[in-house]
Amino acid sequence: MDLVALLTIQVLYAIASLALISVGLAIIFGMMRVINLAHGEFLMLGGYAAIVATNHGTSIWIAMLVVAPIVVGLIGVIVERTIIRFLYGRMIDTMLATWGLSLFLVGLTTAIFGNTTVGISAPLGSFQIGAYRTSVYTLFVIAVAVVVLAAIFALMRWTRLGLIARGTMQNANMAAALGVNPSRVYAITFGVGAALSGLAGAVLAPVSGVFPTIGVAYVAKSFITVIGGGAAILSGTVSASALFGTINQIATFVTTPVFGEVTLLAAAIVLIRLLPQGITGRFFRRGL
Amino acid sequence: MNARWLNLVGLGLVGAVGIAFLVLVPRVFELDVVLELTVYMIMAILALSLALIWGYGGILCFGQSAFFGLGAYTYAIAMFNVGESTLPLLLAVIVPAAFAALLGYFMFYGRISDVYLGVITLTVTLILFNSVNSTAGPEFHIGSARLGGFNGIPGIPPLNFPGNKAAPIDLEGMFYLATAALLATYFGLRLLLASRFGRIIVGIRENERRAELLGYDPRAYKLATFTIGGALAGFAGCLFANWGNFVSPTIFGLAQSAQIIIWVIVGGRGTLIGPIVGCIGIQWLTTALGANQPSGGSDLWAKIFANAPLIFGIILIAFVLLVPKGLVPTLGDIGQSLLASRGKGAKRLQPKRAEES
Repeated sequence: MDLVALLTIQVLYAIASLALISVGLAIIFGMMRVINLAHGEFLMLGGYAAIVATNHGTSIWIAMLVVAPIVVGLIGVIVERTIIRFLYGRMIDTMLATWGLSLFLVGLTTAIFGNTTVGISAPLGSFQIGAYRTSVYTLFVIAVAVVVLAAIFALMRWTRLGLIARGTMQNANMAAALGVNPSRVYAITFGVGAALSGLAGAVLAPVSGVFPTIGVAYVAKSFITVIGGGAAILSGTVSASALFGTINQIATFVTTPVFGEVTLLAAAIVLIRLLPQGITGRFFRRGL
Repeated sequence: MNARWLNLVGLGLVGAVGIAFLVLVPRVFELDVVLELTVYMIMAILALSLALIWGYGGILCFGQSAFFGLGAYTYAIAMFNVGESTLPLLLAVIVPAAFAALLGYFMFYGRISDVYLGVITLTVTLILFNSVNSTAGPEFHIGSARLGGFNGIPGIPPLNFPGNKAAPIDLEGMFYLATAALLATYFGLRLLLASRFGRIIVGIRENERRAELLGYDPRAYKLATFTIGGALAGFAGCLFANWGNFVSPTIFGLAQSAQIIIWVIVGGRGTLIGPIVGCIGIQWLTTALGANQPSGGSDLWAKIFANAPLIFGIILIAFVLLVPKGLVPTLGDIGQSLLASRGKGAKRLQPKRAEES
């Protein structure tokens, strides 16, 4: 019984962390059709921003929940203005340029911070489930994921900004004809996506530590989650995270963490073969 | 002076330069330079494999290093088990080709779009990297070859003359072999691209729907192209395992994949000579940067200049934004417009066709 409870928490945590690392990418890809291969590095920068801020005396909560998203969001806007905006409509070229950006950021952080893992210890301690102990921070990560997803839903569903964003996503020319400036919407969208990635990177930093090449560990997982999810940003991310997170955690439980990830990636390839349009291409079509 | 004639001159020139290179280098340079040039030649074969599937087939594969690594590992594992290099060499081509065919079946027959294709190939590379990386323990072995995990497999026996275990190919022999293999690959691909098959895959790259309506099955042609590319990359991997007598999982890494893409994009998509030039140029640059490695100093600029990913990142962004066609086609365009403006009444050269390098 205790084991079941523990496993449930682990599965929920796997789902939550997948959703967290993917949602920024899902927004950028879903709204702008831009494949951002530097996504992993945005997460990495979020982690560094949080750790540097904490080491300079900021409270860890402010560093993770405020500083990291703002820093990475600003970086995102700069990247959009200097690189991405020249490449709209050239999907492959955006992939290549953002891959270049990813290499550049890895190189830059290696030069600045060195090729070592830095970390902050996870706050909040641990609690007891029967014979097992697990960290309270796990529950915090799950809570952050729920809050972030709910906030995005509310923003998209009930605010003017969300309406404009959805309109531009559906038909950029029509939105422009109605007086929206798509270029500004894109810059904001990219910034928001980057900020969410920064938040995710910061929230996961105490769990995984941060090093310059950590982005690689994130990028494939977040891409397959987004692609597995399909066109709808929120329901896609949630459903794909739920599926892949469960598979990953159960495979990890049965074998080892590494083979858990391998199973996850292999499952994703099979899923894309079966549902090329992603889960929301077939189910939950009307979702956000 | 028409395109056909230029084409022949180009071919002759490449052949002449290649053969001169093959004959002269070991006579002129010291062994360390020859060794360095050998790896350039091997990597150029790898560059050609992507030049075929991306530049001509229009398939953007982010995971060409998967086939390269698979070739290297297959050779190493088979070599420890067999001891004579003919079968391992064949396997190092067949296994990656079969893997490419399987993966290609999933991707092309699933009708996955270009972008997803890039992501899937990337994912597969990471799967291989993760799995091989975690096989460090002695329980992971295939036959008598231990996989070694992140430590890699050291001491791989070199290739030998077919059928004669006692006659391994020495370092200079490796140079001849690699250079000859590169030349053979180049001319082989030129032939392939001039054939009916080559014209069809270029047609599919240009307009897949149209090719399909004309009765060609793009899935089968793409699958064939992808498989050939995988086989070539595996062959290059086999030579690479020979060159260093060592393979490690970094061969599957994203840095390796990124390099291959950079070679092709710098040299020029849609040419064969471009990726070779790009590959050799970037390799040379890497070596030069590596030589300037600061010795523990804290000078940030020195660190930045010795930092290969950073420089590669800048090169990749700059080429995508500023020289999207790559060096060779851009230089070709400049040359043509110069020629056209020189001779006033002269007939304008025919526009370069995509399948000619």
